[in-house]
Amino acid sequence: MDSPSGMLALPGRTFLHFLVYLGQLTALMGELMIAVRSGVWRLRLVAQQIVAIGYGSQAVVIVTGAFTGAVFTFQSYAKFKDFGFETTVGAVVSVALCRELGPVLAGLMVAGRVGAAMAADIGTMKVTEQVDALRVMGVHPVDYLVLPRFLAMMISMPFLVAESISFGLIASYLVTSFGYDMPSAWYLTHMLDHTNMEDLSIGMIKGFVFGMLITLISCHQGLAAENGAVGVGLGTTRAVVISSLVLLIVNFFLSILLNYVFPIGSA
Amino acid sequence: MAVLTSASTNPPAAPNGNAEVFIELRDLHKRFGSQEILCGIDLKLYHGETLCIIGPSGEGKTVTMKHIIGLIRPDAGDVFVAGMHVNRLREREMAPIRQKVSMLFQGAALFDRMTVEENVAFPLWESGVRDRKEIKQRVLEALEAVDLAEHLDKYPTSLSGGMRKRTGIARAIICRNECILYDEPNSGLDPIGSDIIDQMVLRMQRRFGVTSIIVTHDMRSIFKIANRVAMLYRGKIHFLGTPDELRASSDPIVQNFINGRSDVTG
Repeated sequence: MDSPSGMLALPGRTFLHFLVYLGQLTALMGELMIAVRSGVWRLRLVAQQIVAIGYGSQAVVIVTGAFTGAVFTFQSYAKFKDFGFETTVGAVVSVALCRELGPVLAGLMVAGRVGAAMAADIGTMKVTEQVDALRVMGVHPVDYLVLPRFLAMMISMPFLVAESISFGLIASYLVTSFGYDMPSAWYLTHMLDHTNMEDLSIGMIKGFVFGMLITLISCHQGLAAENGAVGVGLGTTRAVVISSLVLLIVNFFLSILLNYVFPIGSA
Repeated sequence: MAVLTSASTNPPAAPNGNAEVFIELRDLHKRFGSQEILCGIDLKLYHGETLCIIGPSGEGKTVTMKHIIGLIRPDAGDVFVAGMHVNRLREREMAPIRQKVSMLFQGAALFDRMTVEENVAFPLWESGVRDRKEIKQRVLEALEAVDLAEHLDKYPTSLSGGMRKRTGIARAIICRNECILYDEPNSGLDPIGSDIIDQMVLRMQRRFGVTSIIVTHDMRSIFKIANRVAMLYRGKIHFLGTPDELRASSDPIVQNFINGRSDVTG
């Protein structure tokens, strides 16, 4: 049987590890800011990363957005019809996609696809001493490995979120028009009346923040990788799990904060 | 014995009273977890000197080398390179050290996504050289020095272990740094490949006065290229002297090591 102090040791150690982890993330962010300020942005690498992150993630994000929009419409239409509100489905789906579903689902998919790739890529470089080789040649790993990915993510993420929302709305429109024979004018009128720039802005801001978090968490896991292939695998798994959880938690607080700035239904 | 033949090719760069110290380690300590790897290393390396570090595996040879270039920070003790206090510098302040010292890693540490040419050109490009003609010419020179000029367009994954190592050496020498650290440059190489590396180290020293530290287990190389040999044993420098002194040492640990005798009896 553990002593009381022994029983406290585990949560204490976990909390300490959490603090150390936060400290490491903050230090990485600090290095990243120094790298941004240095002005040496290696635009060729940024362009390569935009192709890998932005262009390469489109299919995943489009399919996720489209089928989420479709199923959300399919499920809500039936309930709304019970109350005679079925014409408002377009508005509800649109606001939900812009404010929550678009950025969150795009973020989760990017965390899985891109976050894992970042952690595995950098982690492999770390355990094969390629990161040390960069340092020996006077190149700071954050400048060369993290900054281009960070900038590429900042540029790509809002576009990916916009694509996710757009294809979600298109799918929703198709479900109501062809699945339920609802006149398209009703859908479009309600959607356009109740969706405003503030809703879209929230989606874009969230995409931007999620992109930042995914890059930071995944690159940190890569740079912290140790113990060969096992360490890389572990880092990759952690990158996806931590990114996804942080994204969902941050989304809640970001929603509250952004709702103060852009109140829902204020249009 | 064949490995203990005379060191007639060694250039005369052994330290004397007037030689300038280039690298100095003072009472260096390093521990990983519960294991103490370095227990007080004191070492001076002089300009233009070639020092070979030998010792059983896991005794901290590579760790010592990584301290010199600031990849690892000591728990206690000091590292000086060209008068700069390495362990007091932050990562972003290391540039002056790394302009003077380059390193060949044990596994070569080539960038997987770059060709041989891009790998070798990388340090030049990053040091600010932008003239593509000059870069191409220097890359070819460096690759010719390691007999790899015909493999410019290959990726590291399609190279043999020895070719990877030689590419790593080409990358380490291209910037003409004052000092080069080699971590087991001969391991995995055939005798001819190994001799190419030895000749290149000698040439770098004679032509450009390059200071070298070489971690190696290849006794033949040591007697060919070293001015001095340091033997690490149980976290300390157990022996420091010329190859001739190493050969003449009556210390059983030294003799067992250079003659490849284990204490284990069948």
